[in-house]
Amino acid sequence: MSDLTRAEVERVAALARLGLTSDELGKLQGDLNLILEQWAHLADVDTSSVLPSAQTIVQAMPLREDAAEPSLPVDAALQNAPARSGGFVRVQAILSEEADG
Amino acid sequence: MSGESLRRATATELRAAFQSGAATSRAVTDELLNAIEREDGVLGAWLHLRHAEARAEADRADARYAAARASGAAALNALPRLLGIPVALKDLVNLTGTPTTAGSRILEGYVSPYDATIAARLKEAGAVILGKTNMDEFAMGSSTEFSAYKKTVNPWGIDRVPGGSSGGSSAAVAAYHAPLSIGTDTGGSIRQPASLTGIVGIKPTYGRVSRYGIVAFASSLDQVGPFARSAQDAALMLHAIAGADQHDATSSRSPLDATLLNLPSGDAAASAIRGKRFALPKEYFVPGMEPGVERAVRDAVAALEAAGGIVEEVSLPTTEHALATYYIVAPAEASANLARYDGIRYGDSKHGGGDLLNGYLETRGRGFGPEVRRRIMLGTYALSAGYYDAYYVKAQKVRTLIARDFDRVWESGFDAIVAPTSPQVAWKFGAKMSDPVSMYLADACTLPVNMAGLPGISIPCGLSEDLPVGLQLIGKPWSEAELLSISAGYEALTATAAWRAVEPHDLAKLGGGAV
Repeated sequence: MSDLTRAEVERVAALARLGLTSDELGKLQGDLNLILEQWAHLADVDTSSVLPSAQTIVQAMPLREDAAEPSLPVDAALQNAPARSGGFVRVQAILSEEADG
Repeated sequence: MSGESLRRATATELRAAFQSGAATSRAVTDELLNAIEREDGVLGAWLHLRHAEARAEADRADARYAAARASGAAALNALPRLLGIPVALKDLVNLTGTPTTAGSRILEGYVSPYDATIAARLKEAGAVILGKTNMDEFAMGSSTEFSAYKKTVNPWGIDRVPGGSSGGSSAAVAAYHAPLSIGTDTGGSIRQPASLTGIVGIKPTYGRVSRYGIVAFASSLDQVGPFARSAQDAALMLHAIAGADQHDATSSRSPLDATLLNLPSGDAAASAIRGKRFALPKEYFVPGMEPGVERAVRDAVAALEAAGGIVEEVSLPTTEHALATYYIVAPAEASANLARYDGIRYGDSKHGGGDLLNGYLETRGRGFGPEVRRRIMLGTYALSAGYYDAYYVKAQKVRTLIARDFDRVWESGFDAIVAPTSPQVAWKFGAKMSDPVSMYLADACTLPVNMAGLPGISIPCGLSEDLPVGLQLIGKPWSEAELLSISAGYEALTATAAWRAVEPHDLAKLGGGAV
């Protein structure tokens, strides 16, 4: 696999929603290439007749009763919100007024 | 009991002393909180202490012991197993009303609105919760140096790391700040710090302990488990926290063996080793392993053999690919789990100025530290269009091969695998900070166990360069009782070994200081 370019590192940072400085991106480019180079041997493992495992301890996962239970009170659920308005988390508008209208 | 003897007592000894009235939970709790006050300026194990709440919990426990003593032996034995026993929680366990930071700036100021299932179970079992301990940010690291808050030192050498990511919890138990603590283990974060600080640490089978209310790192790998200074103590705590939980669909209904509460001791424990079949995987004696570590582990294996254990070398051929596999799967899962830290519902927030996207970028770019960013980037890349099959799916296939390697060992009739926990003793601060791959290699002997979901325990087995070495025992799914019973046997076999008499530093003499 070829080296990650600066543009690819920027694309991945944008996908991950990480706002990084130019220096930080440069350092990550070096680190990621170093790490991926060490992982290259995985490509040589013969997995042609192997199924992927998402987890390896297989067990029944019974459904629970569809019954109402107490849940977190609104104040407790919102106590850590950076901004709130009454019983709601306050967020920035994602639609402009023109778009609403 | 008083003073130092209270401080150094195991949970098992404390329970007996509380029952007989020879000691009170309040006296132990005061002793430990005072020790922490004097020494944590050097140790750096604690992020949050519950002075008043812990003392109140201890007083309530003492009142229950006093009432039960007045009613007789049956009432005393019916009291919950951890009643009055001080414990510590890694700072990623939600406990109502306490800060929970997971070692990250992005959770600075976050206060838990609810209890993790294991926190509720520890309360139910009567434990006195002293506070929360330091850790690598989001449990990503092997030295606790990636904590955004402070440095935790190894009580065996204060210029050395305590291991990680549960380094605060391991250092606290090793330094006699608590007899028991909770850690989490995604790739070795309980076993490796237990090894580096000379204590017992067990990662249970995937599904044994509920993760509800624990800050998630990699959900197909994360497990919760105890640190202790004896196998019996670790068993007591595991018994208290294990079991099915309707809030965690991966938690198992598989029953926990009741022998956990009463592991054999002395000669009976040692004789339980006789006839056990141990597999010694040649790939775990990795290149770069320190000779002193290899010597201590091989001596421990010889001791098991001398006690009638049958040891045979085996091969786990996929081991050489486990590190790469883990460092694709774990970061991929982490990149998804950590998407929740968006500055909207909780945690540090940089929203408010410009547009919404900038709020996300700023919140996450400033809130996460260097190792967490690296793993989010690796994981996002491995899951991104065009690379998903080459990295993520490939790793999931190799994961199948890793699990098959272990299956073949169990099919051959072995009771447990014996191996080193860490190829090295505790290293000096900074030694691995500039090269991420060298830090990742520290978990080479532990992370295959997480990939397969198996239980693993690290127990002290000697010293190298005056620093602790850990022996790792790996078992079949759900065989925690077997691993702990073998561990108790090994403890009995080596009870009088010279290395057991060597103690970590007395931190009070190193010029402690207030927290």
